[in-house]
Amino acid sequence: MKKKLLAVLCATGLLTAALTGCGNSEAQTTSTTETAEQTETTVAETQETEDTQATEETAAEDTANLSGTISLAGSTSMEKLCEAMSESFMEKYPGITVTVEYTGSGAGLESLASGSVDIGNASRHLKDEELSGGAVENVVAIDGIAVIEDKENTVTDISAEDLAKIYTGEISNWSELGGKDEAIVVIGREAGSGTRDAFEELLEVADNCAYAQELDSTGAVLAKVASTPGAIGYVSLDVVDDSVIAISIDGTEPTEEKILEGNYLLSRPFVMATNGEISAQNDLVKTWFDFIKSEDGKSVISQVGLIIPE
Amino acid sequence: MKRKAIIEKTAKIIFMICAVLAIFAVCSITLYMFMKGAPTFQKVGVPELLFGTKWAPTAKTPSYGILYIILSSVVGTFASVLIGVPIGLLTAVFLSEIAKKHLGSVVRGAVELLAAIPSVIYGLIGMMVLNPWMYQLEKSIFGSDFSHQFTGGANMLSAIIVLAIMILPTVISVSTSSLKAVPGNLRSASLALGATKMQTIFQVVIPAAKSGILTGVVLGIGRALGEAMAINMVAGGAVNIPLPFNSVRTLTTQIVSEMGYAQGLHRQVLFSVGLVLYIFIMIVNFILLKARKKGVGEL
Repeated sequence: MKKKLLAVLCATGLLTAALTGCGNSEAQTTSTTETAEQTETTVAETQETEDTQATEETAAEDTANLSGTISLAGSTSMEKLCEAMSESFMEKYPGITVTVEYTGSGAGLESLASGSVDIGNASRHLKDEELSGGAVENVVAIDGIAVIEDKENTVTDISAEDLAKIYTGEISNWSELGGKDEAIVVIGREAGSGTRDAFEELLEVADNCAYAQELDSTGAVLAKVASTPGAIGYVSLDVVDDSVIAISIDGTEPTEEKILEGNYLLSRPFVMATNGEISAQNDLVKTWFDFIKSEDGKSVISQVGLIIPE
Repeated sequence: MKRKAIIEKTAKIIFMICAVLAIFAVCSITLYMFMKGAPTFQKVGVPELLFGTKWAPTAKTPSYGILYIILSSVVGTFASVLIGVPIGLLTAVFLSEIAKKHLGSVVRGAVELLAAIPSVIYGLIGMMVLNPWMYQLEKSIFGSDFSHQFTGGANMLSAIIVLAIMILPTVISVSTSSLKAVPGNLRSASLALGATKMQTIFQVVIPAAKSGILTGVVLGIGRALGEAMAINMVAGGAVNIPLPFNSVRTLTTQIVSEMGYAQGLHRQVLFSVGLVLYIFIMIVNFILLKARKKGVGEL
């Protein structure tokens, strides 16, 4: 009897150890290592030609021969874009491995300056000292955020200052902005959301927001705002529909044209900075940017809810 | 003869493997939660984590206080049990003592159906029906009180109401079976002594079924504590003191809503939140085991 119990316990212990071991390594597996496995064989095959592959014709036609690694580092907000872009890029060019680290815009540009990565990601325009250090700003996509309210609301234009005051809790009734006597229900996203980061950063209210509701998806924000009288919320520009009003900020409507003109406050560029012009980069990086500008790349950009520049 | 012995033996082994699987699952989950959740307590500091009131994981100087989150879970659970248990118990009494066969089966069917409704449906109805009602109530209570932050009806009270309904089936079914298990001679004796039916129910039958009812209550607590989906949809999700008209976040919704984009220490802290929840659930189950043992002893 005792022996049996011991056996059961031993078996359980072993199994437990085995499972948790698996769990650990699973958690650490990133998408890059997955794809690395996928392309391992092709990389090995073409390794010898790597030194000589920098001929123009290969880049032009025979893309399957390209092999190597493109490394990116920078903005965490660009994770969705980078993941989607590298995924479809590596599907088209199985010989190339794209690795992306999400270290933050500043850190990414520092890595670029030190030469440890090919591309530095930044979710803002480059600063003067960064530009003078040789970095070139390549805007690959534009992120736009719309401020939305329910259909019944009469306030359809708001100043950036008042908007900030709403989100910090200084203004709590629409009548203070010339609207109906209706309490403002401040709706936002959960900590860690890219939209929330961008919104708070652009409005300069980071870490000061007093949310009445923190929802964990764009759809939830849209639905709640549409169904709650007096609600205000923010979502990616591309998901705005007829169920809500998208408010103008400082007289500028949130439309793609206005954002491209650069007049709308709540928008920011997604920059993939390079050391020197794109034309001066190696073939791999050139191919990467060509892909972003191609139809495939454009469809990726609009798929993740961003605006295509130019 | 030999074949029979082999079959016997194989069957025994299969049963044993199945039994071990359950132990294995529990052990590995426990081990995993402690491995993932415990180190963060050291990194952030136990008092900062458990008794801090500011949850700002992505701020420049992050702070990871989950006191309000823990309190929301505790308050929400107990308030919903306070509402749900009396209703559930009286329903159980009705089912086992009073209802005629026909009506009883209708009610029983309804209760079973209530148990089968997925929590996301509770959440959806709470969001679409309960929240607007709550907002009306909120407006009429706070009116033009500018210091109150209006939540649009997504608040603690909504969560409590949804939870109270969700724990009903558990409380009802466990209580009903324990009431039914009370021997009929106790009832007969009580009635023979001249007690009315109601006196018999409240002074003889319910006390006799006490431990079974307690089991139902504890199971209800477990259900309420562990519910995530419905609460996520109706409670608002901002971290606040658990007052009736505040938007709140519980241990479960904390994990659900932030796991998606959390990185680094923020992510690790969410595992610690999971560990806290897990410990709460273990305590509840421990109480349950005790209650059951006591029940067995009494009968």
